[in-house]
Amino acid sequence: MNARQPIETEVLVIGGGNAALCAAMTAREAGARVLLLECAPRDFRGGNSRHTRNLRYLHRSGNAYLTGPYLEDEFFSDLMRVTEGRTNEQLALLTIRESAEIGEWMQSRGCRFQPPLSGTLHLARTNAHFLGGGKALMNAYYATAEKLGVDIRYEAEVRDLEIHDGTFVSAAVSSGGFTGKVKAKAVVAASGGFQANIEWLKEYWGEIADNFIVRGTPYDTGRMLRVLLDNGARAVGDPRQCHAVAIDARAPKFDGGIVTRLDCVPFGIVVNNQARRFYDEGEDFWPKRYAIWGRLVAGQPEQTATAIVDAKSIRLFMPSVFPAIEAVTIPDLAVKLKLDPDALRETVTAFNRATRTGDFDPSKLDGCHTVHLDPPKSHWARPLDTPPYYAYPLRPGITFTYLGVTVNEHAQLMLQDGRPSANIFAAGEIMAGNILGRGYMAGFGLTIGTVFGRIAGREAARHALQ
Amino acid sequence: MLSSDLLKEAERVMTICNACRYCEGYCAVYPAMELRRTFADKDLKYLANLCHNCRACYYACQYAPPHEFDVNVARVFADLRLECYREFARPALLAGMFRRNGLAVGILTAAALVTVFLLLGIFQDSPVIFAAHSGANAFYRVIPYPLFILPFSVLVVCLSAVLLWSNISFWRKTGGKLGELLDPRANLQAIGDALRLKYLDGGGHGCNYPDERFSMLRRYFHHLVFYGFILCLASTTVAAAYHHFLQWPAPYPYLSWPVLLGTAGGLALLAGTAGLLILKKKMDPLPGAPRARGMDVGFLVLLFFTSFSGLLLLALRATPAMGILLAVHLAVVAALFVAMPYGKFVHALYRFVALVRNARERSRQ
Repeated sequence: MNARQPIETEVLVIGGGNAALCAAMTAREAGARVLLLECAPRDFRGGNSRHTRNLRYLHRSGNAYLTGPYLEDEFFSDLMRVTEGRTNEQLALLTIRESAEIGEWMQSRGCRFQPPLSGTLHLARTNAHFLGGGKALMNAYYATAEKLGVDIRYEAEVRDLEIHDGTFVSAAVSSGGFTGKVKAKAVVAASGGFQANIEWLKEYWGEIADNFIVRGTPYDTGRMLRVLLDNGARAVGDPRQCHAVAIDARAPKFDGGIVTRLDCVPFGIVVNNQARRFYDEGEDFWPKRYAIWGRLVAGQPEQTATAIVDAKSIRLFMPSVFPAIEAVTIPDLAVKLKLDPDALRETVTAFNRATRTGDFDPSKLDGCHTVHLDPPKSHWARPLDTPPYYAYPLRPGITFTYLGVTVNEHAQLMLQDGRPSANIFAAGEIMAGNILGRGYMAGFGLTIGTVFGRIAGREAARHALQ
Repeated sequence: MLSSDLLKEAERVMTICNACRYCEGYCAVYPAMELRRTFADKDLKYLANLCHNCRACYYACQYAPPHEFDVNVARVFADLRLECYREFARPALLAGMFRRNGLAVGILTAAALVTVFLLLGIFQDSPVIFAAHSGANAFYRVIPYPLFILPFSVLVVCLSAVLLWSNISFWRKTGGKLGELLDPRANLQAIGDALRLKYLDGGGHGCNYPDERFSMLRRYFHHLVFYGFILCLASTTVAAAYHHFLQWPAPYPYLSWPVLLGTAGGLALLAGTAGLLILKKKMDPLPGAPRARGMDVGFLVLLFFTSFSGLLLLALRATPAMGILLAVHLAVVAALFVAMPYGKFVHALYRFVALVRNARERSRQ
């Protein structure tokens, strides 16, 4: 790629994750010449899709890897529940309907499914799991795209777009130290959100964003999102919102992925750096609550907290990637955690005193709750009294952001004046906020990416081949 | 890497994997890992030998290098297996054979050839060696029957004893009681897993060998080697039975069981070893142990020449070349036997024992 010879193609796909590949494969299968630009190097290709592991789709009956049917009404009501209605219902229904039996489409492009993983049995009916996880899926898609003849370039970052009156003309691309131009008849923006762009996050969160950990790819800096918004795209989604969970504070700044999660919260207590509890750790099952804990920890001083369990509970949750900090007494543990020993002892004593003997049962919302304690612990509240005591430091870990560009049912970019762009399409995280305005539903980001990737690929090819 | 560093690295990697578990659909290693929260040395040695190096987990891993977590289960387990082969070599005095195994096996083969030719030169007259022989006992006119049977009987007895010794040491050091090794149901399950090479199928589409693509080639070539080897053993056994019970000495006609079995086995071995050598040349070195290369290649080449010399002997047995070819074939077979407990062959033993343990663990769930 160099400045003198602009590359010409029919469909340009910007991005290299699930939505980008679905778009590229579909456009290529429709007969268009396709160039896919992935800004990450080959080893880190696939955006956040490389960290995923399952996809939710509508299916009429169970099969070898799904335990039962998942139909439109239930799917839609699940979505309405998690988003609290913040969704474009027309696009939501389109996503759900177009997802019907999508597994077969995926399989014929190299995807392989397996029965649910040991940590995600609660998704056994609704979500299909990829054998080997999301990176294996990406490997399969890249292999298929290559075989189809999609021109794939790695470490090729689109820096800017030339857009005239809502119509895409060319893209400025930097690759290997060179800057070049790519002309295309249609473009699909499938380049993710901006959650890896700490400076951008600071616009909404202030300096505390420095203490956030980005769970996924460092390449989701939101450059395309910004370019599109600056060129008249209509925004969607609350820019202040992001999906954030409490993860191990020792996780790397980027790309720690699934292993940095901690599932111990419901079985113990969580304290801030003042050694005080600040939220009901046993409010509901962990899969239903883990996504609020990122925000909760972000709201604490220095954006840090510590989960503490005792020996009774250490085997009740998935093993952690970093070892627990361990001590025989609570004050000793406090010293290791650099907390005030007296304050922590006081917190634990008060908590223990508030617990009542009951039938502890991690498999249901049991009757073990505290009395006269603020904040309360509603379930699984057992005294911390069996040494050794184990602690895990927590920090907010950002999964994705909600701000995106508005699209219509053809995945066309909507402009601020209400017109759709003739040849700009968007798919994946960059437009997921249309459908997932808040909250999260496991495996649904990939559903949106797959459905809209296919629509964008189909429509872009149709436009390019006109 | 020192053995203790290697174990530390294996423990580090397994701890990451156990918090992830995305690979649990590929093979037996990950479900076995999930039964544990911590990984003692014996667990790691067991898991390493349960690993078939199908490499599916390496390419699927979001934490594979260059990710800072640097997770490469396929490599650390391959390195650890090599350490196990050394650690459980019996008598322990001979563990050094695993240091530069390719070279050691090469020297051993050369030594076997020199020995056989020296003996032949000393004890046999050249006209006999270079004459064309035919009819019953043709081979034994060049090398008398007792010189065939005695050294090989001693070799087979010693070999079996040494292999059993290594095997039991491995089983006990990885935490098993001797009686448990004989668990009939677990053995049956392990035999089935081994005969099908169940865990070289990467969960159904083959392993990622020699590169990132899924392929059944390695499994098929390995089948050719294994079943070719079994057919050759069967050929020898039938021939021994003919000799002892029917008083019908070698050589046998082309349309006889020993020749048919041996030819089929020999051809399968040739194709299988050649195929595996070609794949090995093309393979991605990252998810393997570079140190094991000499050992792997040495064993394949030795098997190839065993088969090649045998087939050549069959083809030219009526010509004056028979005497020399017979000596070469016997020397190569002897080298193969002597090298068995001190080379790549042992992978089969430890893998099998690991499969037995795995079958027991699973039946207890």
